[in-house]
Amino acid sequence: MAEKKVIDARGTFCPGPLMELIANMKLINVGDELEVLSTDKGTASDVPEWVNKVGHQMVSTTEENGVWHIVVRKAK
Amino acid sequence: MRILIVGGGMGGTILANNLARRLKNELKIGKAKITMLSASDKHMYQPGLLYVALGRMAVDELYRDQASLLEPGIEFHVDPVEEFHLDKNNVKTKSGKTHSYDLIAIATGSRPVPEAIPGLAENSINVYTEEAALKFFKTINGFKGGRVVIVVGVPHKCPMIPPEVTFTLYDYFKDRGLADKVSFHYTYPIGRLHSLEPVSNWMKGEFASRNITTETLFNIKEVDGAKKVVRSEEGSETKYDLLVAVPAHKGMEVVEKNNLGKGGWIPVDRLRLNIEGHPNAFALGDTTNIPISKAGSTAHFEAEALAENLASLVKIGSPVRDYDGKVFCFIEAGKDRATYAMFDYNNPPDPKPPTKSVHWFKMAYNQLYWASARGLL
Repeated sequence: MAEKKVIDARGTFCPGPLMELIANMKLINVGDELEVLSTDKGTASDVPEWVNKVGHQMVSTTEENGVWHIVVRKAK
Repeated sequence: MRILIVGGGMGGTILANNLARRLKNELKIGKAKITMLSASDKHMYQPGLLYVALGRMAVDELYRDQASLLEPGIEFHVDPVEEFHLDKNNVKTKSGKTHSYDLIAIATGSRPVPEAIPGLAENSINVYTEEAALKFFKTINGFKGGRVVIVVGVPHKCPMIPPEVTFTLYDYFKDRGLADKVSFHYTYPIGRLHSLEPVSNWMKGEFASRNITTETLFNIKEVDGAKKVVRSEEGSETKYDLLVAVPAHKGMEVVEKNNLGKGGWIPVDRLRLNIEGHPNAFALGDTTNIPISKAGSTAHFEAEALAENLASLVKIGSPVRDYDGKVFCFIEAGKDRATYAMFDYNNPPDPKPPTKSVHWFKMAYNQLYWASARGLL
């Protein structure tokens, strides 16, 4: 069964939400999902740009009280 | 109260020394006991590897005897842990001994894994181990010219190594009179030149003045040593004559074998450094899964916060402070100029233009480190 892991990158500047997402992608199985929490609004555009380029799947992007919740599925 | 520290790197050593000073009286009367278990009797100053790789520091300058760095009263054994039994409050070591504890701090660090990418280990150079740094110097010393490509794996220790290795290597070849025979191409995994946006913006100008070309969103997929080509997960490829890698890292195998965390990274609370589900167990430094820089300064500042909390647990039964996410990184901008980035969970970095004085302070810190490891700085 597919799993979903949360990366809480709120308030972290280095390596930052996208780098954390790339690192954690290596640790999950195809079909599993990662949810990145970020307070950097740039994450909302940075993550889809990488996900689309490398061939994974964007699941959702939402914003609640200044925190971006970005869910990505590992596709390969 | 028996306190067990696993790992004798920067985080474990500063923690042990800071704790021993705070618990001086308790150690004297036997109310507290501090034991350190490490895999080595030597302590390496890891940031010195960059200078070894450039021929600017000798290998023996990197090391001190670990026992000589520790405060009296700390029991030290070269006997690495093989089994962690966090539910039973004990560990088993390579020699077969069992050490029981009341509080445990795990600081086993991380390791580069260039072998995880096909072709990378055998076709690239890096600065992450003594052996690698020596190979790096021998390779650049014999390099006559061509295209130098920098590739960066994720996650990696010391986020400033990608710019530092680029700038210092550029100056190395320039000093050898090879400036017009060597070109540089810098790649990076995300959509800018560095994870810290102000650092990335600063690098843009520095790279432009050196004619260093760049490609972002480049995650290493494989290296074809016969064709001298490196390919990315994103579908691009680039040719190289000299491939400089910042390899991806993993936590130590013992962490994975004991199911303490995927990739060897132990999940902890980002403020108190508690290992999830174990109130008397902590991790610090590269070992944790906290999404901040894997750097010596992170281990240093975490160790200071944790020492205060462990000492308070012994004295009053409660921790007293949070780790605030503080990180401080020098950035060598060439052979004789440097700047720095300092930030925490609430304050972003604001790096200033590089100066010679910051570079010389870094040179001084290369020696001051030993006072830092002793918990004096």
